[in-house]
Amino acid sequence: MTARADVGYHATRQARWRWTEIAFWILALACALLFPSRYLIMTDIVRLALFALSLDLILGYAGIVSLGHAAFFGIGAYCAGLLALHGIIAEPVIALVVAGLVAMAVGFLTSFLVIRGADLTRLMVTLGIALLLEALAERFSNITGGTDGLQGIEMQPILGLFTFDMFGKVGFFYSLIVLFLLFLLARRIVHSPFGLSLRAIRNNPLRAAAIGIPVNRRLIAIYTLAAFYAGIAGALFTQTTALASLDVFSFERSADLMLVLVIGGTGYLYGGLIGAVVFKMLQEVFSTITPQYWQFWIGLVLVVIVLVGRARLHRWALWAPNLIIRQFGGRRAIVAVPESDAP
Amino acid sequence: MTTLFTILFDGVAYGMLLFVLACGLAVTLGLMNFVNLAHGAFAMTGGYVCAVLVNRSGWPFFAALPLAFVASALIGALLERSLYRHLYNRSHLDQVLFSVGLVFMSVAAVDYIMGSSRVFIKLPAALEGQIDFFGVGIGRYRLMIIVICGLLTAALQLVLARTRFGSRLRAAVDDPRAASGLGINVPQVFAFTFAFGCGLAGLGGALSAEILGLDPYFPLKFMIYFLIVVTVGGSSSITGPFLASLLLGIGDVAGKYYVPKMGPFVIYTIMIVILIWRPNGLFGRTAAR
Amino acid sequence: MFIRTKALLAAAGVAILSAAALAPAQPQAQETVKIGLILPMTGGQASTGKQIDNAVKLYMQQKGDTVAGRKIEVILRDDAAVPDNTKRLAQELIVNDKVNFIAGFGVTPAALAAAPLATQAKVPEIVMAAGTSIITERSPYIVRTSFTLAQSSTIIGDWAAKNGIKKVATLTSDYAPGNDALNFFKQNFTAGGGEIVEEVKVPLANPDFAPFLQRMKDSKPDAMFVFVPAGQGGNFMKQYAERGLDKAGIKVIGPGDVMDDDLLNGMGDAALGTVTAHLYSAAHPSAKNKDFVAAYKKAFNSRPGFMAVGGYDGIHLIYEALKKTGGQTDGDALIEAMKGMKWESPRGPISIDPETRDIVQNIYIRKVEKVDGELYNVEFATFEAVKDAGKTKK
Repeated sequence: MTARADVGYHATRQARWRWTEIAFWILALACALLFPSRYLIMTDIVRLALFALSLDLILGYAGIVSLGHAAFFGIGAYCAGLLALHGIIAEPVIALVVAGLVAMAVGFLTSFLVIRGADLTRLMVTLGIALLLEALAERFSNITGGTDGLQGIEMQPILGLFTFDMFGKVGFFYSLIVLFLLFLLARRIVHSPFGLSLRAIRNNPLRAAAIGIPVNRRLIAIYTLAAFYAGIAGALFTQTTALASLDVFSFERSADLMLVLVIGGTGYLYGGLIGAVVFKMLQEVFSTITPQYWQFWIGLVLVVIVLVGRARLHRWALWAPNLIIRQFGGRRAIVAVPESDAP
Repeated sequence: MTTLFTILFDGVAYGMLLFVLACGLAVTLGLMNFVNLAHGAFAMTGGYVCAVLVNRSGWPFFAALPLAFVASALIGALLERSLYRHLYNRSHLDQVLFSVGLVFMSVAAVDYIMGSSRVFIKLPAALEGQIDFFGVGIGRYRLMIIVICGLLTAALQLVLARTRFGSRLRAAVDDPRAASGLGINVPQVFAFTFAFGCGLAGLGGALSAEILGLDPYFPLKFMIYFLIVVTVGGSSSITGPFLASLLLGIGDVAGKYYVPKMGPFVIYTIMIVILIWRPNGLFGRTAAR
Repeated sequence: MFIRTKALLAAAGVAILSAAALAPAQPQAQETVKIGLILPMTGGQASTGKQIDNAVKLYMQQKGDTVAGRKIEVILRDDAAVPDNTKRLAQELIVNDKVNFIAGFGVTPAALAAAPLATQAKVPEIVMAAGTSIITERSPYIVRTSFTLAQSSTIIGDWAAKNGIKKVATLTSDYAPGNDALNFFKQNFTAGGGEIVEEVKVPLANPDFAPFLQRMKDSKPDAMFVFVPAGQGGNFMKQYAERGLDKAGIKVIGPGDVMDDDLLNGMGDAALGTVTAHLYSAAHPSAKNKDFVAAYKKAFNSRPGFMAVGGYDGIHLIYEALKKTGGQTDGDALIEAMKGMKWESPRGPISIDPETRDIVQNIYIRKVEKVDGELYNVEFATFEAVKDAGKTKK
């Protein structure tokens, strides 16, 4: 087997759908039907998952760290809000795409600033951009409503058919479908030659450049795409909550996002999704038990995760499933780790 | 004209304060390559120690300041030995996760112990008010900050450049393996440096209660400022962060005075421009680590 | 490279575990009346949330947890003053926990975010803190027990114009309550012949007041009108003194938020002589208030501020409304019961305006003085039964 064929073989193998992935999505849908009273928090999770997926595209696949990803989330959120508020584009799906495209445009423009420099510089430049946008939104309060946020957004029915209801059912299925479609797209992209070249860049930019990958152009492309995803997540936020306030740009939002992704593991698409579920659940459970001091327990969990090591935690969590797999599959059980933990 | 000087003076005081708060972070991040976002938590500890000593136990302010330093440094040393040192070789993302976890814990713990209201430290009368210096209003408290922080900076620079410990530290940072081969106890040097950085943060926290306000959310609120100081300044020496702090302090105060509505833009724009111009900070090394 | 399979299995495991957390709340016995209390318990506004939570706890300790034969249950949730959290929590409390009231709301955006839900679900929304005029207009189910900025700002505007203050510089936080305060002050002060010489809006999250204060000083006014949200007043006064504005003869006037009781003592003597107009002072000379302050101090070891009183009156209103409806929890009936209700609060006599569902209360002009070695806002003039000027204007 030639080296080229070998790479192609592995790539297609990886790209193949696994039954576990299908099970994951079926389970997601099942949750929707099992817990009809918790649509809101589940919508929250789906939104966060999409947002985390966006960060995973640049952090996990291209190695660009960002502490200001909320910039694009916020642009998407305000776009969707303004479009709906002034009735410019009343239909939510079209507004969603438009908001995503606007975020994408901003992503493209700022990508030139971001691709320069090393990790820490990128971290601060992205953070700076998000804070700058927050300050802008506060400054132009006649457009954005300033600290009070956009008030009086009323959403039109999706495609003219489904009205957003108080229980959040429509909002949830809407978000879930958007997440699924964008996930499919992301999955296609990361398994394409383009996606593989990104990984080459992440692992060693110099080497990637040496074998003829146009490093900067690829980075700009993926950063722009991630901005689109984040914009969509932001627009979903506004559409499902009918709110947009300054905190969509906040540092906390970007920082939480980073936590979510790191908890879930970077570089395998499902990391953001799993991280979002875990993080929101922890937050929900702790803040219900102790509304005042839940941060302490979240903090403790984070510290423990790091000290024990995520690889080990994954191994523990997988102990039971591995046993079952061994019984049924008869294959040699291999410890599952996200790429970020793989040696 | 006199206003200009007052603004400049305030800016310098603010910048000096930021420097004392952030220079520990510059050391851990720049020299030890550890992303310690929990740095502000040590500053907060120092602030609260000072507040408790002064307000509840009736200590004089100047006696409580060194204790703020000592308390933070001790806690820093303890945590370094027990937790941090295991993480030096881990990925930056792990370090972020860990230190943010610590911040969350410290915030909730302080909220639990001290309550969520702002805390003030009772100052001696000598530090209150302004003195008039050829028409330029000079705040006594800010003057004291400039004096203390200026002395500290000079001392730090001397220690790093002239003493045996300074050369050991620089050696340990440049090449830990070679340094330990030469008989330098690298872990010990790191632990000491880390603790010292935390102590400085604690001192800064105690000094800043009057100006920045001290509440349990201090570490989260000022995390961004610390990071700006360190990235803009670059982390190869302490001169970089020092100048960056001054720039940030003066920029912030002047921005708020002259263009109150555009205040926040000034800082962030300066930061982005500098980072685009010099991605490794004003005084960064050319090679990224 | 087989790793994905198992990772996804892990995901499945996580999802199953989370099922436990998602499981719907068990339906409770019909006898319980539930109050969803949504407050900022973490984040920058945490002290507001804590005061209100304390006050509610104190009230329920004093009055028992049964009204009109029904047990009262308070479900506390933390929204960290972020409106989308508020909205989600309110929605979940209404839909899942079947609460009969939603209450709390530390900031205006949070109160507004919950308004459409109150209308849709016909659940009374008791606003215990947020102080922008428009809030009660956003839903017929909103009742407020805190205050509006218009109430105190118009009064202090009139007072300043009549008491020899000619030139005023203003420093207000740049958000809806701050703008309300500024506009109503300006309106009444300039109508009384005063002049605004400088106007500065400071960002809400603001670490250092120094440069703004320097601007104030340079504009040489007789007094400066200040509104900063509860909790920031302490820092403001410290820096006011440090900059020598007190020595320069520039007085501080404003709505009482800046002189919040729970921080007043930490501000130092620079605060002495500050005149503010507000709804509550811990030094309010009534038996009711003395008991309240003593009980609060005993239970929580701190002085209650106006936020605590808003919470105390809010829960009182809920109790009284339930008594009036005989334990009925129909939203419309409860709102009807609340309209026009009058009672003696620790702050003085107050009532709910039947037209606007907003609070009508006395506004006191107070001066900071030293009483038994502690700083207090001592009331020296009273404007009785002040309505919200933001609405009477229309």
